[in-house]
Amino acid sequence: MNDAPVTKQIQIDSHSINFGPQHPAAHGVLRLILEMDGEVVERADPHIGLLHRGTEKLIEYKTYIQAVPYFDRLDYVSPMTQEHAFALATEKLLGIEVPERAKWIRTLFSEITRVLNHLLNVTTYGLDVGAITPALWGFEEREKLMEFHEAASGARLHANYFRPGGVAKDLPAGLEDQIGAWAHSFGKFVDDLETLLTGNRIWKQRTVDIGIFSAEQALAWGFSGPCLRASGVAWDLRRSQPYEMYDQLDFKVPVGRNGDCYDRYLMRIAEMRESVSMIQQCLAKMKPGPVKVQDNKISPPSRANVKRSMEALIHHFKLYTEGYHVPAGATYTVVEAPKGEFGVYLVADGTNRPYRCKIRATGFAHLQAIEAMAKRHMLADAVAIIGSLDIVFGEIDR
Amino acid sequence: MADIAEMIAGLPGVTSIAWARDELIANADRDSVVALMTTLRDDPRFLFEQMMEMAGVDWPERADRFEIVYCLLSVTHNHRIRVSINTNETTPVPSIHGIWPVATWWEREAFDLFGIGFSGQPDLRRILTDYGFEGHPLRKDFPLTGYVEVRYDDARKQVVYEPVKLVQDFRNFDFLSPWEAMTTLPGDEKSRKDGAA
Repeated sequence: MNDAPVTKQIQIDSHSINFGPQHPAAHGVLRLILEMDGEVVERADPHIGLLHRGTEKLIEYKTYIQAVPYFDRLDYVSPMTQEHAFALATEKLLGIEVPERAKWIRTLFSEITRVLNHLLNVTTYGLDVGAITPALWGFEEREKLMEFHEAASGARLHANYFRPGGVAKDLPAGLEDQIGAWAHSFGKFVDDLETLLTGNRIWKQRTVDIGIFSAEQALAWGFSGPCLRASGVAWDLRRSQPYEMYDQLDFKVPVGRNGDCYDRYLMRIAEMRESVSMIQQCLAKMKPGPVKVQDNKISPPSRANVKRSMEALIHHFKLYTEGYHVPAGATYTVVEAPKGEFGVYLVADGTNRPYRCKIRATGFAHLQAIEAMAKRHMLADAVAIIGSLDIVFGEIDR
Repeated sequence: MADIAEMIAGLPGVTSIAWARDELIANADRDSVVALMTTLRDDPRFLFEQMMEMAGVDWPERADRFEIVYCLLSVTHNHRIRVSINTNETTPVPSIHGIWPVATWWEREAFDLFGIGFSGQPDLRRILTDYGFEGHPLRKDFPLTGYVEVRYDDARKQVVYEPVKLVQDFRNFDFLSPWEAMTTLPGDEKSRKDGAA
């Protein structure tokens, strides 16, 4: 009834703190501005871009072959799956089909990369909430996988192995047996890793019922991969939109129930077990054969040929200076990267360079939800949530 | 799968729709994008629950130079669609963060890198570039080298911004030889049966 403005004085005890960019639990260069009410998070505002290198702009000035190494440097924990998305997109625009052995090798190394990624995430996530031993064990196991990367591509991390038209070169002799021997023993390692965490009282206190995200929320916030499946949505691109040889593999898609930090951890453990089974199936089904398209306008001739044949020399020269021309068109091509859906929106204008290459970074959508997830949680829980989302700044900042 | 294109073509705001390389692409009217997206998400025939990606593309030679491409995914029906709209530097696009909250960061990214405005977006700040950055780096007329570079100044004990100084000129190799780029050789058009140039 009274028109006079009612002024109310409220005492608030809020203060904001800078979480990062130099913080071991920030998983890189995350600057998170947290508005706190005591020890409770009221608002979380991530400031990203501290690792922005302008990858998309740089790719517009490179030929299609030169663009591939940039993808290793996005999510540097799972390099080969990122190259995979770009290679598939380019192949789609070129309208070429890669040989069968190349597809098997790509499937094999996609799964090796998945184990590589999940090992790093699960163990550093453990580190974030106080468990040190998993990281010591997991990194030893990762080293073996990076040796496989090195044997195949020559580099432990920045592989540049999946190229449009196939893979860079065939697997060296004996590598398939080594991978088979590793896959045989890895199941025991996951069992050991689980004894450290899955039933651990402290681990469960820190992760169960923390950062719960319902299926509706996860869909609205653009979640994908293990984070989406943990919320109870049975969705896996390898199953629903199969690419390469995934339609010939027998695997299960683990789905969570609660959508909390603990479920996201369980998803990754279960996926590692499935990946090892898929690696063994790939090794059993692979046959010798060519590993890149037999068209020297797209894949380079062999080194021995370059020394002898004039034609091969010209092809080699043209391919590494001008590159190939991709017909005009656009495609949005996705792969199930270890973190979730990784996509490339590639626009070609008929020249030898991409006109536009938009990279769909999985973590970009996941990190954005931190505000919704961490609200009214304790500060220490924010650390557990960041760990459970599997965030790598190479891909978010691009 | 073919009839979903017909159903979407009948929605208000859709100007054209086409299949290309097994991907469904719809062009839409800028002003009706919110209503269209709401229909695409909620209509039981479409159920695009997820917005997976939003990409800006700069075409400087067009009147509406910016193209915005929304990539939607339905996990229920297992189908995808790309919705494309056009705008220019001065005309803002209606924000769709009310439909998918995830759109906020992509709209911030498009604003940051292209300078596209989004009406109704309460949080339109720069996201990827540096604090205090000027310009929109993904525009085609923005140079690859940028305008400023940073270094640590030992005398002033701080990071300083300076205009870019290149020790060597920026090299932009033109590898497009006229022989490869030409798809029809002069005189070849006469050999075509329909006689079209």
